[in-house]
Amino acid sequence: MIDQSRNSGLKGLNRRTALKGLAASAGLMAAPGFVRYSQAQSSAPIKIGFQAHRTGIGAAYGRWYEKTTAAALKLINEAGGINGRPVEIITEDDGTDPKRGAEVVGKFASQHKTDIVFGTLFSHVVIGSAPTAGELKMPYYVVSEGHHVASTKMNRYCFQPGITDVKSQVISMAPWIAGNVGKKITMIYPDFAFGHDHRDYFTPAIKAQGGEVIAQIPIPPTESSFTRYFPQIPAETEVIYHVMVGPAVLTFVKELGEFYGTNRPQLFGFIDSLEAVDMASPGLEFLEGSHFWEGMPRYLQPDASEAVKFYRDAVGIDENGAAVGDPKDVSTASHMFGCWETLYVIKQAMEAAGYQGPDDRAKLVEATEALTEFKEGKEHPQGDKIFNGKIHQCFGHQNISIVEGGKLKVVHRTSIEDGLYEPEGDYTTQPL
Amino acid sequence: MSFGPHLLLATLEGLVTSAVLALTALGLSLVFGVMRVVNVAHGEFFMLGAVLAWWIASLATGHPAIGFLLALGVSPLIVGAIALVAERLVLRRLDYNPEATIVATIGMLYIIQQLALTFYGPEARPVEAPFSYRILFPWFGYSGYKLSVIAFSAIMLLATLFVLTRTKIGLVMRATQYDSETAQAFGIPVGRVYAGVFALGAMLAAIAAVLIVPIQQAHYLMGLDPLLLSFIVVIIGGLGSLRGTVVAAVLIGLSDGIISVFFSPTLAKIIATMIVAMVLVFRPQGLFGTAAR
Repeated sequence: MIDQSRNSGLKGLNRRTALKGLAASAGLMAAPGFVRYSQAQSSAPIKIGFQAHRTGIGAAYGRWYEKTTAAALKLINEAGGINGRPVEIITEDDGTDPKRGAEVVGKFASQHKTDIVFGTLFSHVVIGSAPTAGELKMPYYVVSEGHHVASTKMNRYCFQPGITDVKSQVISMAPWIAGNVGKKITMIYPDFAFGHDHRDYFTPAIKAQGGEVIAQIPIPPTESSFTRYFPQIPAETEVIYHVMVGPAVLTFVKELGEFYGTNRPQLFGFIDSLEAVDMASPGLEFLEGSHFWEGMPRYLQPDASEAVKFYRDAVGIDENGAAVGDPKDVSTASHMFGCWETLYVIKQAMEAAGYQGPDDRAKLVEATEALTEFKEGKEHPQGDKIFNGKIHQCFGHQNISIVEGGKLKVVHRTSIEDGLYEPEGDYTTQPL
Repeated sequence: MSFGPHLLLATLEGLVTSAVLALTALGLSLVFGVMRVVNVAHGEFFMLGAVLAWWIASLATGHPAIGFLLALGVSPLIVGAIALVAERLVLRRLDYNPEATIVATIGMLYIIQQLALTFYGPEARPVEAPFSYRILFPWFGYSGYKLSVIAFSAIMLLATLFVLTRTKIGLVMRATQYDSETAQAFGIPVGRVYAGVFALGAMLAAIAAVLIVPIQQAHYLMGLDPLLLSFIVVIIGGLGSLRGTVVAAVLIGLSDGIISVFFSPTLAKIIATMIVAMVLVFRPQGLFGTAAR
């Protein structure tokens, strides 16, 4: 058999030889410094992989994260892109699922060959995806709000530069809650990473203000009915602190309303409980007079800056925070600005690093870590922020709003200093 | 909250679960009892019922009750028609072979789920309850609509049992169930009975779903829970035993409500699964089932 193939001239190119040749040429193509690549890079687009919740319980967020990202991308490209190159967003659905999230990061690296990965909100998806991003040395800019990045438990490739984390949010608001709403607090929160951040950081924060969390009620994230949990709320509760996410939030508030009627404790909610939900939905009258945290106000406030108006027009939301032309399509205003701001942070960092291609990823990480502040303006409409390169986390302002006439009106805005805390570690000591 | 009111709330919650579960499981049990088909897509018919209810209710204007009643009337009919088509196109061609139909209904599950995702989208959407009366107990308030779900579900169950035990349609179905070959020999159109039963099973799930949408909202992934709970119920009650299905639904619903309220929902699921295991070990035919002949 072997002799035969040797003697048969061209046919001597057997399968094994052919495969060796293919592998060798593929290796050559992939090797750093291959000429074709370095010539093309000046005009080739910078590819940003966008990990989006198109399906699953985060779908409403995903839809608005995509709209906001598209609006910012359009402006960035119109202004000449990044380092003179156009920016391209490649979107993949993570299904609001940690396992799928990690697969998507891998897909961006191996199939789409993106420069970096950006996006996702739900903290369990971030936590599920971060190790893959670290292994692949793929810069991963998340627009979540959990404390996972800032806790320094992820890795050096994970950043959260466009939205503050839960720990900072709750620390900055605890004094106002204790001073204006009440001191005996029952917490109701989703029983996973993001909810646990609230449990772990709000509890000591309120204690420092002379208040007390008298009961903690974790609820599985897939739960669809809540009445059964309400008897656990102690009678002496002054404030119910609620943070719920997912499709069932409307049910949660409605059932709370049925359970208590008008004779209820004070409510302080994270707007996550009602993001993308119309405040005029039946059953929500119950929330009148209650307070909410908002990252960025959903309703256009009378004192809104030009930058805010510019941003809202670009994304396409009306005065009530709903899509222009569809009042029922309510935005996730309190979080989605993070996509806009993060893209501008990426632009700033890439320009500082002189970023040219995937070989410069380590330089990009260092350049991002070197950032210290973002000034309020069209690129950062939510407000000025400071950035801590050691923990890869930014710190900004929070808003507390009251439900008045079925709308949210901002009554208090925290300062950046209110939300500062001691860093728990230092990513910059990790090798790249 | 003291023990008495606590228990009352738990019982009410449990009864709502029982009521909806009984309807859903009855559909599953009926299909298995008569056709010997394990319908894995049953939960998706439930989901379809809810999603269609949202769509129908959103077309109606005026008082919320109009939209709801329209949904309650039309949504099960559409789901029944879809089930009928699926039965004719798929199950009949497989000759109701038990293994093949399991695989086929798994396929139907994914097709229906993905179609819902494509056309309805990934959001959860509510249907407004036909009325919003809040019953005021001295210790807490409770949704009047939820109580009406229990009542309506009980009426539907009685009506179904009446049809099965007291009418000619029921007689024909039972004859097909006991011995389809002999039934065929006596001139019963077994094929048509099968088609009708499959559609009826799906319609019962759809009715249960329409009842639940004002409480839980319609979502394309909502079919999984009712499917699992229905299987738990029919295994405990005895596959094909209607009386067993209803008793088991009440048992599982109440235990779910009470254990969830006093301990945790996870424990309720653990216990339900334990009961299934015990039933399978000590009485494989179910509490009310008869051993295979």
